[in-house]
Amino acid sequence: MRARYAARKLGWAAVTLMFVLCFNFFLFRIMPGDPAGLLARSQRLTETEIAEQRAIFGLDKPLMSQFWTYLHETLTGNLGASYLTGQPVLETISSRVWPTVLLVGVGTSVAIWLGLRMGIKGGWHRGSTYDRTSLYGSLTLYSTPEGWLGMMLLIIFAGSLGWFPVGGYDSGGDATGLAHVFDVAQHLFLPAATLALGYGASYMIVMRSSLLEVKDEDFVATARAKGLTETMVRRRHAVPNAFLPSFTLIVLSFGFVLGGSIVIETIFSYPGIGLLTYQAIDAYDYPVLQGVFLISSLAVVIANLFADITYGFLDPRIEEV
Amino acid sequence: MAATAVTASVVASPRRLVWQRRRAAVARNWALYRQNRQGMVGLGVMVFFVLLALSSPLLVSPAEIEPATAQGLPNQRPYMGYPLGTDNFGRSVLDLVIVGARISLLVGVTATFVAVALGATIGLISGYYGGTKIDVVLNAVTNWFLVIPWLILAIVLSAILGASVWIIILVIGVTSWAQPARLIRAQALSVRARPYVERARVLGCGDRTILTRHILPNVAPVIFANAILTVAVAILTETTLSILGLGDATAISWGVIIEQAFSAGAMTNGYWWWMMPPGIAIVCVTLAFTMCGYALDEVLNPKLRGR
Repeated sequence: MRARYAARKLGWAAVTLMFVLCFNFFLFRIMPGDPAGLLARSQRLTETEIAEQRAIFGLDKPLMSQFWTYLHETLTGNLGASYLTGQPVLETISSRVWPTVLLVGVGTSVAIWLGLRMGIKGGWHRGSTYDRTSLYGSLTLYSTPEGWLGMMLLIIFAGSLGWFPVGGYDSGGDATGLAHVFDVAQHLFLPAATLALGYGASYMIVMRSSLLEVKDEDFVATARAKGLTETMVRRRHAVPNAFLPSFTLIVLSFGFVLGGSIVIETIFSYPGIGLLTYQAIDAYDYPVLQGVFLISSLAVVIANLFADITYGFLDPRIEEV
Repeated sequence: MAATAVTASVVASPRRLVWQRRRAAVARNWALYRQNRQGMVGLGVMVFFVLLALSSPLLVSPAEIEPATAQGLPNQRPYMGYPLGTDNFGRSVLDLVIVGARISLLVGVTATFVAVALGATIGLISGYYGGTKIDVVLNAVTNWFLVIPWLILAIVLSAILGASVWIIILVIGVTSWAQPARLIRAQALSVRARPYVERARVLGCGDRTILTRHILPNVAPVIFANAILTVAVAILTETTLSILGLGDATAISWGVIIEQAFSAGAMTNGYWWWMMPPGIAIVCVTLAFTMCGYALDEVLNPKLRGR
């Protein structure tokens, strides 16, 4: 019945997205001043552009008819125009996707790798010096605001030591090939490290505690009784079972990581969606904010759907629930 | 302790008896908690900062943190009378951090109150009516709030609603109730199945009585432990919002101090004495709340003991 399980999850994802769409509409209509008034507040759009936007989104029509127009326009890919630049929101966001994908991708991968490794090692040798050091280290990092952590890394490694550039995606020169890759990597290092440290710490805590949960289970004792080496017991029996709950939590945290990347990109002037969001907040550019919320929700819902379906294949027991 | 409870039960009214039992339970849990070194350290740090926040009006006069009337030289490294240096208005960074404790803790605790009140209500009702339509709807809403990127939602919400301490509290509360709701629902589901709930129903108790008299008191410890952990998250969220410039510039929190330092170019100029103290304060307080929350979890959750 895997197909049915997948179909149910797919249905849930569709409902979630539908709710995001409705929520997004009403969210931006509870703000002080109606959208039409806000359009007029913007200085960058010309009179004709404002009239055009108003006509497309029917901002002078009743709320329900505005809602249907909004749904239709959104589903056909029109998210409105930025108040700041007049450019279509979808284009504005998609031009900034790559740096964020790179940052979040590299940062999260390192965080998962580090967090799981440390969590497994610490949990397996509970109470050892390694365990206590890594646990308290992780708890401290977990308690550190990412933005501030980024600033500290920036002051130390970019400011005082000068090992890394202070911000940006690349140096902006016309370097090509390997030189460019190296340049991009050098700019990526500090923001990605901030993200990896912050989230790796929470993955460590999660992995450690789920390993502790299965460590004393009967099947682990059985594996040991069969005469397997400690490494085999850990790798083949304990870790796979402990990994599953961590897996869900890691995917659920993805939305949080995206939020965190807004601050990190702001600190490091890293030109991704996060910095775009910061600039949009600064300029009261509501269409862009709305677009960012919509696109990031879409990304998170898809990630969760993917995780749910993978989970269903990894753990056949889940179908019974 | 047990002996006094028994002798008193002969004469006490049912209500007094209940409170006597609760007091005994608290005393028992406190005895367990006291053995947890991590929890006691966390509690100590927490009490220190709460006292600091409460006594801040005595320690710092408003004129000293008012940019126009501040006495110090601007952007100075620590010097006589200014142990943590000064900011660009000549205000003592130490004074700012002391005053900041008040807003940061206020936001953390109040936002948690909003989140936990919402989460507990929804979780309790959802769990109590487990399996019915009410539960299905409430659970769907909870799951929805768990899945959507709530930090981004909080950022967008406070960008729309404007910067004031109360709006930030509301925004953090509204975006972080789902986690507690899920936990409390699970607890309520398990408490509901216990025999004494059935007994109460047979005796003719209504839904409301069962919820408030039988289920809530049994779920309360979990709610409490979770609330302590939520304070840590709320303080971090407030910092994030403030760093993005969404904070209330008139109410100095630690996050607002960091943001002001950042905007004033403290990083390019290397004003570490301005940037570091508020961040360290946040780390200490968040860590303290987290350690207390874990320790409480361990005390209330016998399965976790010995970890």
